[in-house]
Amino acid sequence: MSSSTVDSTPQKAIDKQPLPWSLWFRQTRAIFRLEVEKNFLGRRSILLYLLALLPIVPLVLLAPFTPPGNGWRDFNQYNMIFAVYYGGLILRTVVFFGCAWIFMNLFRGDIIDRSLHFYFLSPVRREVVVLGKYLAGLVTSVVLFGATTIIAMLLIYLPHFYSESTRFFLDGPGLGQLLTYTSITALACIGYGAFFLVVGLFFRNPIIPALVLYGWEWLNFLMPPLLKKISVIHYLHSLVPVPVSEGPFAVVVEPTPAWIAVPSLITVTALVLIIASYRIRRMEIRYGSD
Amino acid sequence: MSETKLEHMVTDQNEIRISKSEIRNSTIVFADVSKFYGEILGVNRVNLQIAPGITSLVGPNGAGKSTLMNLMTGLLRPTRGRITILGIPTDRPEHLFKQLGYCTQFDSFPRGLTGREFINSFLLVHGYEKKKAAELTTTALERVSLLDAADRKVAAYSKGMRQRIRLAQAIAHQPAVMILDEPLNGLDPMVRAETIALFRKLAADGLHLIISSHILHEVDMMSDRVILLNNGYVVAEGNVHGVRDEMQEHPMQILIRCDNPSKLAARVFDKDHVVEARLHEDRLGLFIRTRDADRFYLLLNQVVAEGEINIESIAPVDDDLSAVYQYLIGSEGSSS
Repeated sequence: MSSSTVDSTPQKAIDKQPLPWSLWFRQTRAIFRLEVEKNFLGRRSILLYLLALLPIVPLVLLAPFTPPGNGWRDFNQYNMIFAVYYGGLILRTVVFFGCAWIFMNLFRGDIIDRSLHFYFLSPVRREVVVLGKYLAGLVTSVVLFGATTIIAMLLIYLPHFYSESTRFFLDGPGLGQLLTYTSITALACIGYGAFFLVVGLFFRNPIIPALVLYGWEWLNFLMPPLLKKISVIHYLHSLVPVPVSEGPFAVVVEPTPAWIAVPSLITVTALVLIIASYRIRRMEIRYGSD
Repeated sequence: MSETKLEHMVTDQNEIRISKSEIRNSTIVFADVSKFYGEILGVNRVNLQIAPGITSLVGPNGAGKSTLMNLMTGLLRPTRGRITILGIPTDRPEHLFKQLGYCTQFDSFPRGLTGREFINSFLLVHGYEKKKAAELTTTALERVSLLDAADRKVAAYSKGMRQRIRLAQAIAHQPAVMILDEPLNGLDPMVRAETIALFRKLAADGLHLIISSHILHEVDMMSDRVILLNNGYVVAEGNVHGVRDEMQEHPMQILIRCDNPSKLAARVFDKDHVVEARLHEDRLGLFIRTRDADRFYLLLNQVVAEGEINIESIAPVDDDLSAVYQYLIGSEGSSS
């Protein structure tokens, strides 16, 4: 029998149904809840907490002392100290690897645990599964690494110049900078998150593509202007409130204005999520051997 | 195509033609379905039309049972052909799983959840409102006799309880089609009997139950029809007795207990449909092998009517799934 002889009436009826937005909302919410709980309380979350604490522990240890170096004795240098600390440790390392861990495990972790089929055996559009999982990963990463960003900034300023720092945050540009850094962290989670989600779907061993991206992002300062723009870090650097020199060998490029950088990142993220949805729609699960 | 016509040995599946008008929305249809894993054959040229009731998939390891089940649930995509479940294509999970529940053999669960949370959370993923999800959860747990252990962590469940919680998940949204991969594994005899009774009740309510099982006598006992698979091909399908009747190359064996088996042997041996008549070891019975059981039973009626021989019992020896399995697949009936 050829496939053309199959009665297509039920499929036509299905296709004519209106889009069930409220159902999709409930399903996304249910998936989001399950995944958030797993992200925060699952056995894989330990590494996340360690990563989130990585920039904070040294600052806590240094808080009672004035660190060596003249920079630490001059309050005006603190915004540069934090900018370097943020760009080098928080953004490029903690947020990058944290997002890699969270988002690659959204699907890859379920495949390893052999629990992805519970979603695939539910009457849920697979795109809804992608959305629910992505939002859960996003909230997890933004909460954890946003908190890291805020606590790290406060720990750099407050212990050493308390009164100046209070004025800086309450009356000066401090609060604005704090919000900007936190927003950049959130944007990094949005961009890296989508990338790593797709990597987790396409690669059995996602470590290699993650390391390739890590190298690409680190070497971004050496790249010609066109290649620079094919990266997440370029757009994030364009947004930082205190620009940091990338060294004598860096190829200097005009920062991309925020009104271009932010929509560009979000658009690319949306495209990447569409690719993820396409992939998941065609994904197969094999249940052991026959 | 009538049900009777369907219940025959599939010798050349290409010969089966299912016309458009015959495809009902109440059936599961495989239309020339093949699945290859690269170079490796999963199933090949499967044409089936499965009506409501209990249908068992039987075959040795690697026969294609799980492939067939995973194709039905859309977890695998056919390399060729098309599958519809009650008229719904299997690549539309958002519609398919409103009608279908799958009890997998996979012993993995989301971590940290109790039995109740496990069922409830996935009913919420289905899109049910909280209150309705809670009601359905309780009903499902009750049906698999797991209400007492509902608030214990699934991780602390025994193998049998985990099997039951998977079953509860498959039936929780009250689907019209249930696909059950070894659903009786790990169950104690009492729960096993209860579960078979539940399957029968569901089948009597008009549901489709597609069951794979290694235990042939249980399959024989509960199934309305069987699908025998071997090396990725459907070897036979239909009612067990119907399939057995079609196997002309394996004459039916019948044991007749009577007071004069030698005389009976002499009486029946000259009939062309009787290929063998052999005395039982205790000399109180006669083994007959016949190509036409119906004609033989008519002959036996005639013998009884003549009053020369007193017949105590008549028992078909190989009119069951184990025999069919042995003849078609070639082992002793353990499909594990």
